[in-house]
Amino acid sequence: MTMTKGGAGKPDARARHSHVPADGTAHADAVERAQREMLHEGPSSSAVRAGSGAGAATVGAAGSRGSRPRIGADVVCEAVLRQGVDVVFSYPGGVILPLYDILADYPELRHVLVRHEQGGAHAADGYARATGRVGVCIGTSGPGATNLVTGIATAQLDSIPLVAITGNVPSALIGKDAFQEIDINGITLPMTKHNYLVRDANDLPRVFAEAFHIARSGRPGPVHVDITKDALQQVTDAEHPDDETVRAGLPGFKPNLHGHYRQLKAAAAEIQAAKRPVILAGHGVLHSQAEAELLALAEKASIPIAWTLLGIGAVDERHPLAYGFMGMHGWKHVNRAIQSADLLVALGMRFDDRVTGNVRTYAPYARIVHVDIDPAEIGKNVAVEVPIVGDAKRVLTALLPMVEPVERETRAEYLDQLAEWKRDSEASSWHGSGAWRDGQLSADYVVQRIGELTDHEAIYVADVGQNQMWLARYAGFRHPNTHVSSGGLGTMGFAVPAAMGAALGEPNRETWAIVGDGGFQMTSQELMTLVQDRIPVKIALFDNKKLGMIRQWQEIIYAGNYHSAHLMGPDYLKLAEAYGVPAVKASKPDEVDAAIRFAQGVDGPALVWFEIAEEQNVFPMMPAGKGLSDLIEHWDGEQS
Amino acid sequence: MSAQQAAPATAAAPAHSAPAHTSPPARALPGTGETRLHRLVALVVDKPGVLNRVASLMRARNFNIDSLAVSRTDQAGLSRMTISLHGDDVAVEQAAKQLYRLIDVVKVQDVTSEPTVEHELALVKIRVTESNRADLLIVIELSRGRILDLGPEAVIVEVSGSEAEVDAFIGVVRTFGIKELVRTGAVVMARGAGSIEESVKK
Repeated sequence: MTMTKGGAGKPDARARHSHVPADGTAHADAVERAQREMLHEGPSSSAVRAGSGAGAATVGAAGSRGSRPRIGADVVCEAVLRQGVDVVFSYPGGVILPLYDILADYPELRHVLVRHEQGGAHAADGYARATGRVGVCIGTSGPGATNLVTGIATAQLDSIPLVAITGNVPSALIGKDAFQEIDINGITLPMTKHNYLVRDANDLPRVFAEAFHIARSGRPGPVHVDITKDALQQVTDAEHPDDETVRAGLPGFKPNLHGHYRQLKAAAAEIQAAKRPVILAGHGVLHSQAEAELLALAEKASIPIAWTLLGIGAVDERHPLAYGFMGMHGWKHVNRAIQSADLLVALGMRFDDRVTGNVRTYAPYARIVHVDIDPAEIGKNVAVEVPIVGDAKRVLTALLPMVEPVERETRAEYLDQLAEWKRDSEASSWHGSGAWRDGQLSADYVVQRIGELTDHEAIYVADVGQNQMWLARYAGFRHPNTHVSSGGLGTMGFAVPAAMGAALGEPNRETWAIVGDGGFQMTSQELMTLVQDRIPVKIALFDNKKLGMIRQWQEIIYAGNYHSAHLMGPDYLKLAEAYGVPAVKASKPDEVDAAIRFAQGVDGPALVWFEIAEEQNVFPMMPAGKGLSDLIEHWDGEQS
Repeated sequence: MSAQQAAPATAAAPAHSAPAHTSPPARALPGTGETRLHRLVALVVDKPGVLNRVASLMRARNFNIDSLAVSRTDQAGLSRMTISLHGDDVAVEQAAKQLYRLIDVVKVQDVTSEPTVEHELALVKIRVTESNRADLLIVIELSRGRILDLGPEAVIVEVSGSEAEVDAFIGVVRTFGIKELVRTGAVVMARGAGSIEESVKK
């Protein structure tokens, strides 16, 4: 039933634990010291605990796991560990303190103290995207909980498995407008896959088992668990349910994984009849780990693969049938292929408006086979000929034997034409010299060099705006889950905290955050988390002293009315220095490689301040409301 | 989805062979745009907050509920909602699919095109005077209304039946003056031996 990317096929990623500091290291000491300070404890936690534990009657006041009653807060830690999660991103507060009071009893559960709950939610999101495991973030009631909301919404729009835990005021105070009380359940209701308010610790094992099951099964998504303070403190011996019991307790949650046989036959017939088919690979391919099956279908029937923003990495971009990134800032050749296609085979994608533009003019000659695990996505934005509800991997596995092989030669005319379009489109709007206009540093070049100097093996975390589109177009992706981007919600400030989570989840890969000066200034407080927890995120700060995408829209759509597009920023070298992050600046093409290598050489977080051209646009661009055939490639003397 | 199938692939000319001066065919949007009243029956887990989830979803997805009736079923732990809404068939199908995404929604059925019995109940407080009391009582009698409270200046009448029957009664008594009106909203049940409740039994 479950669809985690880190499933049975992979070696147990948890066994690595290489991001958990080893005992006795300076890092471990720093983490422990920070935890002690937070708990207002003295120098030796074990001594203090032994001393105060003896006479303390209050549950949870002190003591190790074995020598005190098990309380609701213990269930939270147990449940998280049972689910294979080894790090949580959290911020304390009044009502969640019972959890913090026992966290030190779970040394195998790493706790990262973020600097803002939004950072915690994004970090858990980045962890989930990089690993396929469920990300966990924790906050207190009221403002702690509302600060998580942007991160939860980000996960919801991109179908990211996340469990967000909040404390709430004691159940007796609920509804009384108590200090830091807000109806957070009511707030997260429309932006989660499901949510819970728990007032009784005996419910916690079931609720957490359900929460994780729901978060990662079927179409993944965030689940919010709100727990009253008294439930966190309540003694309980309730046992964790097994998977069977969990499923039986959720009669309304039965994801349909297998495509309908008749529809699969219909899809195979469509593929056989098509002369100009294009596969559209979306996030669902990555969620279901269907990369091999995707490639098998493409190769068997000689069909080129286009991908959505979140479908990046579904196929190695070097593959001859890997055609490119589609949509508003996608490649012209890709959009052209879609507009001339007679069949779209859409796998785990949802025909978002950034992909289709004006639906009336979208792929006018194409019939559509649409595979998605969520029935509600099929027929929502576009009418389709062959709807298939199911998990992409299972559907493709069942579909493959039904598809007749088509040799490349059979499609030679079509594929040759596509190849020609690709050559044309890749040559335009590209600045191979690294210079834009009067020698200013060109962002596309910087992104490409980051990709190349990391051998395309890093995890690249985008922020939102021009930097996000440059990354999607020019970094060159080889592997699934190495591209992390807030696609649906488009959350500025996402990159640095999400990279924090990705780096902890995949410690064997280098992690780069690609972030503009706007997004960076939204969540730069997490620099301190990177330093305190020694999380080796490399930050590529693309500073054009602008809200670049805003400026681009204002230039092209709002007649050059640049209100609020200009953005002041600090001296980022001084800022980084103040946080203790090694940093370097690059302003010219010939400084780029050395700057990237400098960051790679730092053992820990590092920042590269790229002063890029201030007025460079991302082309091509499909204006909102227009269609894929209305791409703008140049603007008023712009040397695109 | 079958309702708005495009032309078969063989009939569609790929762009590269299409004459440059002809504009490509417009892609059909989902749905016909022809709205009608739909009845959705939903079985949901009987838990606090489920009504809120359903109402919130319908609001967020831009569906306007005409009426909503909720009650327990004969199965412990299951509640039943009858949701009446206007929309074209595809839009209402989308509403049903969105409802399915709620973890607490167990089963959704659009019974609009099925043979059903449908009933709702209304209480009407009608203004009455010495001079027209007799006329009103005759109207109530003929409409099979039931008087629940008879006062010197007003009567409360219970009337039940299909939505149209209740509408008709209200239309007739409006001339007397309606002081207050409450309707439960329709509840429906499919005719025959089939049972939505039995269909979800384990």
